[in-house]
Amino acid sequence: MVGTDACTLAPYVKVSADGTPFLEGLRCDACGEIIVGEPRRACPKCFTVGALKPCRLCNRGSLYTYTIVHRSFPGIKTPFVSAIVDLDGGGVIKGNLIGVDDKDIEFGMPVRVVFEEVEGSDGKRCVRHVVEPRRARP
Amino acid sequence: MSDVYVVGTDMIRFGRFPDRLVEDIGAEAALLALADAGLGIGRMEALYCGNLGEANRAVGQRILRHVGQTGVPVVNTANACATGATAFREGWIAVKSGLYDLVLCVGVEQMGKGLLGAPDSYNGVPIEGVLGSRTMPSVFATLGMEHVREYGTTFEQFAKVSVKNHHHSTLNPKAMYQFETPLKQVMEAEMISYPLTKLMCSVNVDGAAGAVLCSGRKARELGLMGRAVRVRASILTSDPYSTHNFALMDFNTVTRNAAFAAYQMAGLGPEDIDLVELHDCFATAELLHYENLGLCANGEAGALIDRGETALGGRIPVNVSGGLLSKGHPLGATGIANIYEVTTHLRGEAGARQVEAARIGLTHVVGAGSACAVHVLEMA
Repeated sequence: MVGTDACTLAPYVKVSADGTPFLEGLRCDACGEIIVGEPRRACPKCFTVGALKPCRLCNRGSLYTYTIVHRSFPGIKTPFVSAIVDLDGGGVIKGNLIGVDDKDIEFGMPVRVVFEEVEGSDGKRCVRHVVEPRRARP
Repeated sequence: MSDVYVVGTDMIRFGRFPDRLVEDIGAEAALLALADAGLGIGRMEALYCGNLGEANRAVGQRILRHVGQTGVPVVNTANACATGATAFREGWIAVKSGLYDLVLCVGVEQMGKGLLGAPDSYNGVPIEGVLGSRTMPSVFATLGMEHVREYGTTFEQFAKVSVKNHHHSTLNPKAMYQFETPLKQVMEAEMISYPLTKLMCSVNVDGAAGAVLCSGRKARELGLMGRAVRVRASILTSDPYSTHNFALMDFNTVTRNAAFAAYQMAGLGPEDIDLVELHDCFATAELLHYENLGLCANGEAGALIDRGETALGGRIPVNVSGGLLSKGHPLGATGIANIYEVTTHLRGEAGARQVEAARIGLTHVVGAGSACAVHVLEMA
């Protein structure tokens, strides 16, 4: 649970009225494609206008690809793992992969998306999502 | 429609010129390209200028103030790392259409050192390192790891690209760097984003390159056919829809589409190409583009670099200029510098790095966003 007034750090992360964060995508009524990201006028895949409707995305998925970032912009703490995750049921997101040693990272490993409240640079309360191996919390 | 020829081209030596103005660097390349063609600025019917860093500040017009204010139309282009190639292609379209017989294309960029771009924010909160990474090395490292996942490509195979391109640039007096980087040195350099070490990332430099394009009719009339190089294909693409595109920029499909269309326009296949200058912004990218450009089958890029087939003297030499990794990558200039490199080989004027008996060459750039340009050039 997070504060219902907490801001999210991505257009596909929402907070429900009871303070539960969740992933939200857009599903195209015309072609069924799941879109992740900001709202848009037409389906980028089939071009149908006005057919994208909000839909709940799954918090589980698998690790598609990743990199271990050792140097980022000045002031950004490293190292961290930047991961691309295929969500079960459709949708792709990027996030930090935590809770696994570099040597134990495997392509396709089952992961879950978890949420935490963090403090933004100006003290603003924010919801951040991270990715962790599913076996980390049996 | 007119056949279109490169009748003059040149580039300045890439380097760091913090005390010079962008129009001064661009003007130097413009005059070099005009001198190579043996023509004056007064002959040019239009100028196409590629620049990213000052894209809203009329760089083409500022160049004309330095080389001759002829009053001709100026088109300034900005299209990520395909900026210079887009300027070249706009010039090609204009000559191809028959609107003009002679145009000048210039690409110019002044860069700082260090990582490109700045941390992204969402709702006013910086997200770099919080929601993964969006640095360019991390993006190309992630794409390299996708190739590792699919085909088992190794860190060492990626590193070999840097060994090769740094070696090539020791033969190119216009490259930023002229030193060898043995495999051990590449692999043990500072890790930026696995599997990319610092020596596997392109070098930010200042630079400029120019090309004079001419219709076949005019080139014959002016007696310029002797060193003319024909543009057999010019293709520009943007990234089509793909699922992973939401989290991972697409540099693959956009390149595959451009290459396919370019081969079709030229009536040629990858087997007909004698040399390639491709967008090795990072060492991982070069291996991906071997496959995207059809130089080998999917999954064989690692074997191609292992066998040395893309080195000078190999079956299909790639980035004999030193590439972006070692010649340098001044964003807006890169696309036209590639045209200069391939043209120089087709003319047989590339000196120590000359690809023997080169008759047909291909250039490729791809920028984040995404934009990809492929050109096929042939000795006239």
